[in-house]
Amino acid sequence: MTGDLRDGRIVIVGASLAGLRAAETLREEGFTGSLTVVGDEPYPPYDRPPLSKQVLLGQVAADTTGLPMRRNPDAEWRLGVRASGLDGIGKRVMLADGESLPFDRLLIATGTRARPWPNPDEAALDGVFTLRTRDDAAGLAERLAAGPQRVLVIGGGFTGSEIASACRERGIEVTLAERGPAPLVGALGGTLSKLAAAMHRNHGVDLRCGVTVTALRGDSGGRFTGAELSDGSRVEADVCVVALGAVRNVEWLAEAGLAAGPRGVTCDAGCRAFDMYGIVTDDVFVAGDVSRFPHPLFDYQLLSLEHWGNAVAQAEVAAHNMVNRGPLRRPHLALPTFWSTQFGLNIKSVGVPTFSDHVAIAQGSLEERRLAMVYGYRGRVTAAVTVDMAKSLEYYRHLIETAAPFPPAPGAADRPMAAEIPVPSDVPDPKGLSHGPTVALTGHLPDRRLTVIQPSG
Amino acid sequence: MSADTLLERITDYANRADPYPLYAELREAGPVVRQADGSYLVGSYHEITALLHNPQISADPRNLPGPAQKARKPPFLRLDDPEHHRLRTLAMRPFGPPHSPGRIDTMRGQITELTEELLDELRDRPQIDIVDDFAYPLPVTVICRLLGVPREDEPLFREWSNAVVASADVRPDLDTTEQDGAGDQARIDMGMYLLNLAEQRRGHPTDDMLSAFINEPDPALRLTPEELAETGVLLLIAGHETTVNLITNGVLTLLRHPDQLDRLRGEPDLLPRAVEELLRYEPPVHMRQRTPLVDMDIAGTTIAKGTSVVLALASGNRDPKRFHDPDRFDPTRQDNEHLGFGSGIHLCYGAPLARIEAHAALGALIPRLSTARLVQDPPPYRQNAMLRGPRHLPIEMRQSA
Repeated sequence: MTGDLRDGRIVIVGASLAGLRAAETLREEGFTGSLTVVGDEPYPPYDRPPLSKQVLLGQVAADTTGLPMRRNPDAEWRLGVRASGLDGIGKRVMLADGESLPFDRLLIATGTRARPWPNPDEAALDGVFTLRTRDDAAGLAERLAAGPQRVLVIGGGFTGSEIASACRERGIEVTLAERGPAPLVGALGGTLSKLAAAMHRNHGVDLRCGVTVTALRGDSGGRFTGAELSDGSRVEADVCVVALGAVRNVEWLAEAGLAAGPRGVTCDAGCRAFDMYGIVTDDVFVAGDVSRFPHPLFDYQLLSLEHWGNAVAQAEVAAHNMVNRGPLRRPHLALPTFWSTQFGLNIKSVGVPTFSDHVAIAQGSLEERRLAMVYGYRGRVTAAVTVDMAKSLEYYRHLIETAAPFPPAPGAADRPMAAEIPVPSDVPDPKGLSHGPTVALTGHLPDRRLTVIQPSG
Repeated sequence: MSADTLLERITDYANRADPYPLYAELREAGPVVRQADGSYLVGSYHEITALLHNPQISADPRNLPGPAQKARKPPFLRLDDPEHHRLRTLAMRPFGPPHSPGRIDTMRGQITELTEELLDELRDRPQIDIVDDFAYPLPVTVICRLLGVPREDEPLFREWSNAVVASADVRPDLDTTEQDGAGDQARIDMGMYLLNLAEQRRGHPTDDMLSAFINEPDPALRLTPEELAETGVLLLIAGHETTVNLITNGVLTLLRHPDQLDRLRGEPDLLPRAVEELLRYEPPVHMRQRTPLVDMDIAGTTIAKGTSVVLALASGNRDPKRFHDPDRFDPTRQDNEHLGFGSGIHLCYGAPLARIEAHAALGALIPRLSTARLVQDPPPYRQNAMLRGPRHLPIEMRQSA
């Protein structure tokens, strides 16, 4: 590589959270060259978490969640056009409108899309929704405002649970169908999934676990009228939300020669993409939901995360590394964190709860619905989930980062008895769930974390 | 000098004007430094935050040895979860989100108005005392309105407040039995006074927090009379004993850094960040006391259950392992996660109010300080080492030509 990394042409494919934060960071880091951001949606970057919460509750309109800009990224925005291919040798991004964009360095931040209902005819019924984009949320919020008789939610992951919660808060009848034993079991394991199931039922959700939806039915006008379940029962409903997890937007990279697949585009800790031979590229970077990256705290397994905080942190590291060389580059070591609000509870997580064999309640209790659950793997703390106890999370982050022993020492003020005896974390194989995992771990290379980051300013 | 006298030296009044070299010595001596009396002092940012977040660390003085500490159940500032959480949540209902999200924001106009009124009265004075003429009356008036306490009772509760704050100070040099007794009595008297005020509003709510507390219809969400008294005392004292330091330290720091003062005059949008930097550089609260509930290893030192551990927040704020060039006052500083409001479950309850007050006060003062000069530098300080700030800050307002 020659030339000044602060100059040249950078193309970012993906105009959502990761794309925007990367663009801002590039300018903050002194990049003065040309910057182009490509997005397939016609809208400037917007925030997605409110789409399954405040927007469905009717508190804010779907078109008002635009992301604030920390600074003007001084970019050319190519919105409403999809990237259709990547020529790694000619260094060009092909666009669906026939144009192509030459680049010196590329950031792939194409994220994910909602996994569609597998039967296209049934998916096309009026009243059947997925929820990922602003347009999805606007359409669904409009239907909820019209006061449907019943909403069927398929999939009991975070999105499905938040949708069910929003419906109940609006007084709408809901049936939630989940193939696994309980909602959220894939993300939080057995113990908290039982709390989640109780919260659903206490709030009047018709919760059906251990069943799959076998068919969606419509009337002669093409309107959704209900669904058949695998236990032989039928649900009459006029709105259906398919919440089966996400699909990574990698199809456009099929001919690019990169290590791109259903779990995302594999990159190194510095966000540089691997090619299909496992050789790291110098000029193609990855950030956000579409990336798959190694994390030393989780045995260097490759993580695929669908987390807001990861998109921000990884985009910043990727942008930094796009304009810095060699030893000035930084690793993306941020601990995964996410939050959810549902049924009046604030759920926050740090670490990777599925990377666990046992759990223990370190603070609070299930009865109070206020607690800190700590996850351990082979005797060390790997994750923690708080319910209505967000301020405690920082402590557990520290335990995870320092590979503290599991179970954590007893003696918390709000857990006067010795910390609860650890019980199996009971995280099922995601294959048995309706929805895809929001965290996926693949690969194995045991080692320990060796890097400490000091602040620079 | 030996590191085991650091707490004594930090709390020594002779060092009140500039404790920062002692904090540097403290961080140098190790993250956890044993004192001659067997207590411990912690001055490094990462160790302090780890301890503030640790659920095995108690803020409750009844977990410390010594008969005077056992007296009464403290307010939520010095309680542990779950009781702390219950009381803080109840106290938050009429103050902030989720139940009263607009309360503090809607006071912005009033606070700005009040600021202008105070400053108008000072317009033609050649010399003013920032503390007595401005930084003290402003937050007192605000907290009185918010709680529903008559402003004219200030001389009454000022005395109680002084006694309570003095008894909460760290004084390794003194036998504090008498002070603690006086503090307890003041808490009781002040609590009775506030309970009385609340009772007068039973059934006749006015738009203030005492009214909200006493008229709460749901018995599960109602404070008991004792809890109402303790919470009221806490809020009234915390509402003005700290903000006065923030505003005064702000004026002092800006007059000591005329280049930054000029810059802020030209770029008022920098003010919120400048206030955060003040909270780091000259915080109103310098230390908090904690104790482990179990024998605990902190950075390689085993500290026995019940031992007094003093966390020097102001020292953590100057830790070069956390902040770049920490002794420089830089209103444009990024990545400024200071300990000015503490951290963890006891993170300052009144922080949003303090920020609005500081923005209003300094925002109104800054344009008027162009010709001002410190009369005395360093100014005379209050005795208190924990809540550190000038007792007076005389400044000369030279008239511009």
